[in-house]
Amino acid sequence: MIQQIVFILIAAITFFFAFKQYSKIVRNIRLGKSEKISGNVGDRIKNVALIAFGQKKMFKRWIPAIMHLFIYVAFLFTQIELIEIIIDGTFGIHRFFGDKLGALYNVIINSIEFLSVGAFVATIVFLARRNLLKLPRFTMAEMKGWPFKDGNLILIGELLLLMGIFSMNGSDVVLQQVDPDHFKNTGHLLVSSHLGPALFGGLSESALHLIERSGWWLHIMVVFGFINYLPHSKHLHIFFAFPNVYFDKLQPRGEMSNMPEIMNEVKSMMGLTEGGDEEMNEDIPEFGSKDVFDLSWKNILEAYTCTECGRCSSVCPANVTGKKLSPRKIMMDIRDRADVIGNNLDSGSEEFKKDKSKPLNADNYEDGKSLFDSITKEEIYACTSCNACVEACPVLINPLEPILEMRRYDILTMSEGPSDWLPMFNSIENGGAVWQMPDSRDQWAQDFNSEKA
Amino acid sequence: MRIKTIAEYKNEGKEPEILFWVGCAGSFDARAKKVSAAFVKILNAAGVSFAILGNEESCTGDPARRAGNEFLYQMSALQNIETLKSYEIKKIVSTCPHCYNTLKNEYPKLGGEFEVVHHTQLIQTLIEDGRLTIEGGKFEGKRITYHDSCYMGRVNGEYEAPRSLLSKLDVDIIEMDRHKSTGLCCGAGGAQMFKEDEPGDKRINQDRVEEALEQSPDIVTANCPFCITMLLDGIKGKEKQEEVMVLDLSELIVEANNL
Repeated sequence: MIQQIVFILIAAITFFFAFKQYSKIVRNIRLGKSEKISGNVGDRIKNVALIAFGQKKMFKRWIPAIMHLFIYVAFLFTQIELIEIIIDGTFGIHRFFGDKLGALYNVIINSIEFLSVGAFVATIVFLARRNLLKLPRFTMAEMKGWPFKDGNLILIGELLLLMGIFSMNGSDVVLQQVDPDHFKNTGHLLVSSHLGPALFGGLSESALHLIERSGWWLHIMVVFGFINYLPHSKHLHIFFAFPNVYFDKLQPRGEMSNMPEIMNEVKSMMGLTEGGDEEMNEDIPEFGSKDVFDLSWKNILEAYTCTECGRCSSVCPANVTGKKLSPRKIMMDIRDRADVIGNNLDSGSEEFKKDKSKPLNADNYEDGKSLFDSITKEEIYACTSCNACVEACPVLINPLEPILEMRRYDILTMSEGPSDWLPMFNSIENGGAVWQMPDSRDQWAQDFNSEKA
Repeated sequence: MRIKTIAEYKNEGKEPEILFWVGCAGSFDARAKKVSAAFVKILNAAGVSFAILGNEESCTGDPARRAGNEFLYQMSALQNIETLKSYEIKKIVSTCPHCYNTLKNEYPKLGGEFEVVHHTQLIQTLIEDGRLTIEGGKFEGKRITYHDSCYMGRVNGEYEAPRSLLSKLDVDIIEMDRHKSTGLCCGAGGAQMFKEDEPGDKRINQDRVEEALEQSPDIVTANCPFCITMLLDGIKGKEKQEEVMVLDLSELIVEANNL
């Protein structure tokens, strides 16, 4: 009875704080510009099935894909056990599904055990990749400090979960012999039927009970911990990968987003608008993205979805030749900036009000900082727009878009940018070609024709 | 066949099959002008009636747009769309993947809807339709590798047309480690062609050329004028220009067919 009350209380607190935290993330995503992304529901569902659920893009690299698949499928299957744990914990019963599902129960538990062994091996390899092998994509500059710890904490948490499962199941198997009324027969278990007797065989009944309960509580407490830890972690991809893939823009990769306000202004300059000049906006306009407020909400969702695997940066031509640009860092910086603004808004502090007479909110916010404080111009101007990062991301994150939006801000709003580009801009504007040339554009054709003649 | 402008066609009251979008590189860059000429020879050999815009063509605006200068992009693009519309152009072929991408994927939002193909795609169609035959065997024994341009490959998903042309030439392509969707950029895109690199360990084209040279090729083939410039520069940097040639796919065909 006491266990039940404690469980229900902890579960309630867990979900209360989780709800608050996830609401904050949704609010932070909405700091971005609203943009309607809809239509093509069929294609979207197909993408979610193949890319998010089916992990299609992971399989460009087979070995990590298979190891990741073990952890992922183990996670999916364990949800069934998790539901059982929540039911058991709430109603003070033991293995609720045990006699409800019949033979299927044994299949499920065995699947979880099999996958958990795979997940265990994968977790150890993943820890080794980060800490012993020090794979370049896990040790780049942006991975120092918290991101490095975060990666390890998640993996250690996974090991704890597995410890919980196997001590729970192992002691259960032994207890099934001692107290068959309470401990329902689960049938032969792939791992625990061997591991249980080997580890816990011969222990007293009270010791076995203690181990079984500890395993149970360890498992569920790590899960509860995870739920509240994820909002602060790269590991949020386990939830966000799905909406992120669903809301992919589904436009040609080679199409940069159009800027209708500039198009219309140019059209009216060129006399192309129908029905006379449109009225011009009298405010000094700001173009491109200076801060998360000027990005699309989708860019921010992508930033929260990023699990910092670094596939993008490991194929970025600028990054692999030693330039400062790392597409992963761009996404991490956007997320960090959204977090900072979110926290500042929650503080309600006067200092963040743009207009002190009005209440603090996203439209009335100023902290004197922007994305340019963490993302340098050196980074955004090193991009070749080659789309290797876009191609590499397993969950359809597009780091190129914010890079190009920041270029737009710097060039259009600030009139800055690399001075090397000025001759090119001038040539296009005055001569219609990227180079200033003395020849006419058709000279090559004239030469060709006279050669033929 | 001499090269005619669309205005000349119009004056004759005729309509060409396709418009050849030459691009800035194809019009002005000494190396890329040879590719333009090679492609024209192929079009003539296949009996394709084509026109160029000539002096009415201007930059598509791609480098301006990717540099962040949307204003300049819109000015270039809208002007070109007006010109193309005034001649009632329906189909365009380009030897430049950047022009191709902008014409195909970006002009529609500005009201310019055209059917756009890359020259490697058009040549493939000409072969399929029996209008062009490629003589194989010319490159027997040559080691040939192919560099995917980002804007035909990853961006527009065209990996096969260029490879199929090479196989028609009886070439066994020696692939670099990074090819097709993982092909490394030459370093020119995103308007990098027009500025100095940011500080780093090496230039991107150097990295790519080192990878190409690992295959000890006689010829490095490409399908983009900017890639060709970058690869040539990188190979010159390694002082290999006497041994390794950098050629556009159309130039291989011209050589094979003695056009």
